[in-house]
Amino acid sequence: MFDTLSDRFDGIFKRLRGKGRLTDGDVDEVLGEIRTALLEADVNVAVARTVVARIREAAIGAHLSQALDPSQQVIKIVNAELVNILGGETLKINYASRPPTVVLMAGLQGSGKTTNAAKLARWFKSQGRQPLLVGADLQRPAAVEQLRTLGRQIDVPVFSEASDPVTVATRGLAEARRLGRDVLIVDTAGRLSIDTEMMDQVRRINEAIQPDYTFLVIDAMTGQDAVGVAEAFHQTLAIDGVILTKLDGDARGGAALSVKEVIGRPIAFASTGEKLDAFEQFHPDRMAGRILGMGDVLTLIEQAEQAFEKDSAEQAAERMLAGEFTLDDFLEQMQALKKMGPLSGLLGMMPGMPKELKGAKISDDDLKPIEAIIRAMTPLERRKPEVINGSRRNRIAAGSGTSVGEINRLVKQFSEMQKMMKRMGGMSVGKKGKKKMPNMLGALKGGPGGLPPGFPDMPFNN
Amino acid sequence: MIYLVLAIVVVVAGLGVVVLNRRRSPELPPTRPQVTIARTPKPVAPSPPAMGSVAAPEVVEPEVAAPEVVEPEVVEPEVAVEPEKPRFRDRMSKSRAALVGVFAGVRGRTGITDETWDELEEALLRADVGVRVTNELLGGLRDRVKSKEITAPDALLEALQAEMISRLSGADRVLHFEPGEPDSPNVWLFVGVNGVGKTTTIGKLGAAQVALGRTVLMAAGDTFRAAAAEQLGMWAERSGSDLVRGAEGGDPSSVIFDGIEAASARKIDLVLADTAGRLHNKSNLMEELRKVRRVAAKGKGRVTETLLVIDATTGQNGLAQAREFGQTTDVTGVVLTKLDGSARGGIVFAIETELGLPVKLVGLGETINDLVAFEPAEFIEALFSE
Repeated sequence: MFDTLSDRFDGIFKRLRGKGRLTDGDVDEVLGEIRTALLEADVNVAVARTVVARIREAAIGAHLSQALDPSQQVIKIVNAELVNILGGETLKINYASRPPTVVLMAGLQGSGKTTNAAKLARWFKSQGRQPLLVGADLQRPAAVEQLRTLGRQIDVPVFSEASDPVTVATRGLAEARRLGRDVLIVDTAGRLSIDTEMMDQVRRINEAIQPDYTFLVIDAMTGQDAVGVAEAFHQTLAIDGVILTKLDGDARGGAALSVKEVIGRPIAFASTGEKLDAFEQFHPDRMAGRILGMGDVLTLIEQAEQAFEKDSAEQAAERMLAGEFTLDDFLEQMQALKKMGPLSGLLGMMPGMPKELKGAKISDDDLKPIEAIIRAMTPLERRKPEVINGSRRNRIAAGSGTSVGEINRLVKQFSEMQKMMKRMGGMSVGKKGKKKMPNMLGALKGGPGGLPPGFPDMPFNN
Repeated sequence: MIYLVLAIVVVVAGLGVVVLNRRRSPELPPTRPQVTIARTPKPVAPSPPAMGSVAAPEVVEPEVAAPEVVEPEVVEPEVAVEPEKPRFRDRMSKSRAALVGVFAGVRGRTGITDETWDELEEALLRADVGVRVTNELLGGLRDRVKSKEITAPDALLEALQAEMISRLSGADRVLHFEPGEPDSPNVWLFVGVNGVGKTTTIGKLGAAQVALGRTVLMAAGDTFRAAAAEQLGMWAERSGSDLVRGAEGGDPSSVIFDGIEAASARKIDLVLADTAGRLHNKSNLMEELRKVRRVAAKGKGRVTETLLVIDATTGQNGLAQAREFGQTTDVTGVVLTKLDGSARGGIVFAIETELGLPVKLVGLGETINDLVAFEPAEFIEALFSE
């Protein structure tokens, strides 16, 4: 819904293109846009101010390089700065020499503590540990019941009892020792950071169990208040790391930047879906691109790697760029794509997608007729769609349950796709682009500006 | 690797184009709710807010085209909970500290300077009002300062406040309850993203409605989250409402449909239907919700409110939430929860003025009495007073 940073820059740099050099006024204008982008991503006002100031310094120092066009240069600087803030030290779990390793979960109501306590337990389990969950949220009706259900799903025992939260936590610790569980995860009730009574309660839980790690659970949709919340919890509990939840939404998640900047503790984990395995360690580089609205290319690549068989994908891509891409390949890619998750999600992650596409509601069902049409074709027709004449068309339409018009449209658009790919193949990879690859990849990882020139509509090249 | 990226981009882009072209004809707008409400023209507010489909009828009448002739009773606008005026401000004032300094700075200056504007901007942004709305508000004021209409800092603050209040005026904040046949319950449906407090809101609202003398049934349409039905069950017990629940992982539409049928059979006045929290960008889950909304109007019940629950800590994403839920389920109003924390909930200002979805209820605390009617003037004043 918001313009991406690159969209914003587009306008400015179009005007500047003839000028060759940026004046101070131009720099101010660009920094203004960066500030707006950060604020629209819910980065805290004060944090946005310091970040922009740092970017200004970096930008002034970098004035000299004339190799890249100014927008690339600026986006690169901004991206690097954000990665720098978000990253830094990463959280490494050091298990307690005398088990169990105690983990305390804290946060506002509705941030996802209970669900993420279970997700974290599952993660520890995957690391070969034996966690015990403790339900010390006796406030919200049925919170313990929720934790027990989740515990059953991941096959992790849950301890709780109807007493008071501090006692439950203490008994839970004893229970973990008794059962020989080596990780203890204590779920607490959600509380407002300004609720002194509840904050005092969590402080007492903290004192009673002396956690090795205290995680603050923060919702990626949180606005300006994230800073206040993080500060208050950090003062009370000494937070070790943050768990950022609901990252599968379309919020830009500027709260992550604010919180990291203010309490200086790493974002340790990110929760990326409703299923209990949608939980991963945090990637600062991806988050930077997301805050700036640059798509999430790296996540996309990772998902693609899982869904596509590498060799066949590379062959297909090579054929694609050589203009030898057939409808068979198309069908195969389509099926692999489906494995990567809902199509609309993928489109959203893609940087530089035209607006109409990004906002389009495309469900996987929309692919079915296309699949049916291709499947109704003979191998020859799939290789050479140009042989499709009137009678073949009628046969395919009947066979796929579609209309002649739809087949025409598919064939026409496929040939346009082929042309587009051929053009790209000629431009980007040269003859055999293997040698260039590491370089390009590095550039891509480092952020924008690394994609091959002429890549259509990529924001990095504007 | 770069091959891979290229391949995916091209294929996805290609598919997107193909699919889009296949569906040239624009999608039909979502069907209007079957319970249509006769609208009386709304009196023109001094500065009419951009109201969307939810216009502001002063008087609500049952649909004229009803098959059997029901006398067109005039339903008196009714507010769920008696607004407790001092409370609204008291609760919000807990968190006012951040703003006090800012406005003291503005007031302390003899004239209106660049710093004044910076500080006003910062105050609005900090309250999550959003960049665009902030620029709009301040842009209008700048013009008035330029034309010497406003010269003193105090007058400027007053003008800002007045402008914001006027943008929130004229909206219909009544929770619509339309008496009808005894076997035709009103249905209020609750939607929203995960963790905003839908279930809790239903619990509190149910208690308030029972206190008003209505009979209430809660339908546990959140079949996804573990123990959500138990949570609602406890609220039903506390408030003296009936509960209908289905199997965990079951079809939410059928649970809610069954709830409405049960309410109809038991001659219950009002069904409060819970739904699972869902992110608005998950199209499959939103389609499920569209179905819930459709099915809820199919039986004997009449869906008279679809309330979007939004958490006051929500930032700019709230606007996207409101837009998506609004399109999918014909949202009639917003419930702003957790306003008793340090978050200010300014995003609802953008939601109401840009999308025309009126804020109807506000959650100011944990107890049953803490869900109160929204008062624009007090909301704005609470943002500004020192």
